[in-house]
Amino acid sequence: MMQDTRIRADVLVCGGTACSASGSQEVMKRLREEIAKKGLSEEINVVKTGCHGFCENGPLVIVYPEGTFYVRVKPEDVPEIVEEHLYKGRVVERLLYHEPTTGKSIPTYKEIDFYKKQKRVVLSKCGAINPEKIEEYIALGGYEALGKVLTTMTPEQVIEEVKKSGLRGRGGAGFPTGMKWQFAHGAKGDKKYIICNADEGDPGAFMDRSVLEGDPHAVLEGMAIGAYAIGADEAYMYVRAEYPLAIKRLEIAIDQAEKMGLLGNNIFGSGFNLKIHIKKGAGAFVCGEETALMASIEGRRGMPRPRPPFPANSGLWGKPTNINNVETWANVPQIILKGADWFRSMGTEKSTGTKVFALTGKINHTGLAEVPMGITMREIIFDIGGGIPNGKKFKAVQIGGPSGGCLPESMLDTPVDYDSLTKVGAMMGSGGLVVMDETTCMVDVAKFFLNFTQSESCGKCTPCREGTKRMLEILNRITSGQGTETDLVVLEDLAKTIKVSALCGLGQTAPNPVLSTLKYFRDEYEAHIKEKRCPAGACEKLAQYFITEDCKGCGLCARNCPVHAITGEPKKRHVIDQTMCIKCGTCMQNCPFKAITKK
Amino acid sequence: MASQATNIAVVGGTDADHAKIDIILKKYEGQKGSLIPILQDTQDLYNYLPRKALEYIAEQTGNPISAIYGVVTFYSQFHLNPRGRNIVRVCQGTACHVRGGKTILETMEKALGVKAGHTTDDARFTLETIACLGACGMAPVMQINGETHGRLTPEIIPEILAKYK
Repeated sequence: MMQDTRIRADVLVCGGTACSASGSQEVMKRLREEIAKKGLSEEINVVKTGCHGFCENGPLVIVYPEGTFYVRVKPEDVPEIVEEHLYKGRVVERLLYHEPTTGKSIPTYKEIDFYKKQKRVVLSKCGAINPEKIEEYIALGGYEALGKVLTTMTPEQVIEEVKKSGLRGRGGAGFPTGMKWQFAHGAKGDKKYIICNADEGDPGAFMDRSVLEGDPHAVLEGMAIGAYAIGADEAYMYVRAEYPLAIKRLEIAIDQAEKMGLLGNNIFGSGFNLKIHIKKGAGAFVCGEETALMASIEGRRGMPRPRPPFPANSGLWGKPTNINNVETWANVPQIILKGADWFRSMGTEKSTGTKVFALTGKINHTGLAEVPMGITMREIIFDIGGGIPNGKKFKAVQIGGPSGGCLPESMLDTPVDYDSLTKVGAMMGSGGLVVMDETTCMVDVAKFFLNFTQSESCGKCTPCREGTKRMLEILNRITSGQGTETDLVVLEDLAKTIKVSALCGLGQTAPNPVLSTLKYFRDEYEAHIKEKRCPAGACEKLAQYFITEDCKGCGLCARNCPVHAITGEPKKRHVIDQTMCIKCGTCMQNCPFKAITKK
Repeated sequence: MASQATNIAVVGGTDADHAKIDIILKKYEGQKGSLIPILQDTQDLYNYLPRKALEYIAEQTGNPISAIYGVVTFYSQFHLNPRGRNIVRVCQGTACHVRGGKTILETMEKALGVKAGHTTDDARFTLETIACLGACGMAPVMQINGETHGRLTPEIIPEILAKYK
């Protein structure tokens, strides 16, 4: 990035998906134009980077060497940045990030609360380099680990180091990575495969996408190290088709690495070969499950099969295969370079290292945060995430996507590690954290996730295909005011049965959102059933419409009501007959005085 | 109407179509597990997978048409019916859900006069839903022809739609 001595400043523009959607391309174009107009093109470098994680405030522009951090930059702000900051050296105060509680402006990256408590290992290069230039990755130590492995270590030593580091699978289940490698290494066979699972399907999760977009080489380098360790010479990268930018960056990265002899044939002149193919998914959540994913690579319907045999012995096309998730792979080069002890120094004893979370929902700082394992949920949500917007009260955090659970306020001091989370009925999952406030209905959330897993169920095994459907019917009844108390008993019974009898991870974990909400928010279910009331006011069919004192008696609502449930004298406050109301909301839409509320 | 129906019946089956599909087949020749990429490339040509094209792929690759149909109907990305000129995908992910994604979908259904999964009569828009676009920072979001629109409110929908003819 800073090889050229004439360059006195680098202007980094975030080119991640969220920032691109809010117009960062336009900002970058404008920056180049304005810089050229001032004749500064020789000394100021404009770099398009990967995601910085502070997505709520995009497009982000950072000016180095100082690290001045501008947020929500619009193309029309660009001339001022160029004129004031780059030409005259004065920071543009109004575009800095302002602390939501104090209103104070914060000049640099490192001083913002969002970044202060983070420990960026996997994301260390995301946002710092241009992901489309391999030279920038190499300048920051890239491919050094692969060189070290190929020239000074045996496959056994590599596996030993990864085992010692305690690295566990970041895709959700948390299986020890070194152990997995050992199995594939020991499996008999002349042909073996490596797979990177980049089928990040959990709604509300975008960690892997940001890593692939921001630092694709780290993942490729990790895969190459793994391939050497288990003895594979061919690898597949299975990426969701919904991530076109990630796919493009990977294609560029593989091409550049092959040209430099860092992938492909005879890597580092060591005689080790690795061909990496990219496979685009075609839209099926279940393909995140390893056996389904391999079926999809083989060109078939992506349906899981029973294990054993495990992929380590019989995987892709029946050959020994090792499959890990994007974030797991991205950790590998740093473990090799800095050592297992360094990695163990972060996190807890049984959950070492860091974890990237995608913070979304009702939270001030939507974005990506990488934290050491063992930090509490409270620290992530309130210190890094900046708490709940609009003065609303925190209600729950959903962790682990459709396989995870919802945790209430009382559980916020649970340390974030694999085992503690499983103990309280959630799971680490891939790292989606969706924060909910008092206006979110927990029964509706459970229904939302179940609806998702039910429509994504591949239909192969009965517990998942039929069981989730029956559970969804019950939840639909409850949220529309037709639930009975026996429904809760049946719901819980079904959930527990599916958990132990479904074929794959999707089915086995599908009941978790229901079980965890039943555990921590049973009163909400009961309010829907016994009082026919949604405490959060979110369930449409249980809502009640009321006419407030602001009513001027114009009669527009009464004329538009399709069931004539509204009566009243002209110029006097009207009334809705709750027994007749069908809750269509037409009255509310037609009221010119905003005098109708929904509760 | 009748002529349009006949047109649809032959799409993918003419010599010109075969020539185009041959280029795709050639690209993946000898590669293992190439059925899905072949279908993806073919769908890029037509915006959907015409029956005749699938029959031709079956014939050329030696896969039974039933197996191809099985794959096509398994993955949500493949479509068996013609789609509109502009593809709208409204995100129904968790982050969008808690920030009003459902209202956005309802507004779109009203504005276009079709339910999700359907195409407008003038073939201008196809309305679809998607599980998650991964742009949660901008929730609620939707994508039109691959372009992401974020921080949506029902009020700004007409303005966005007007850009797509």
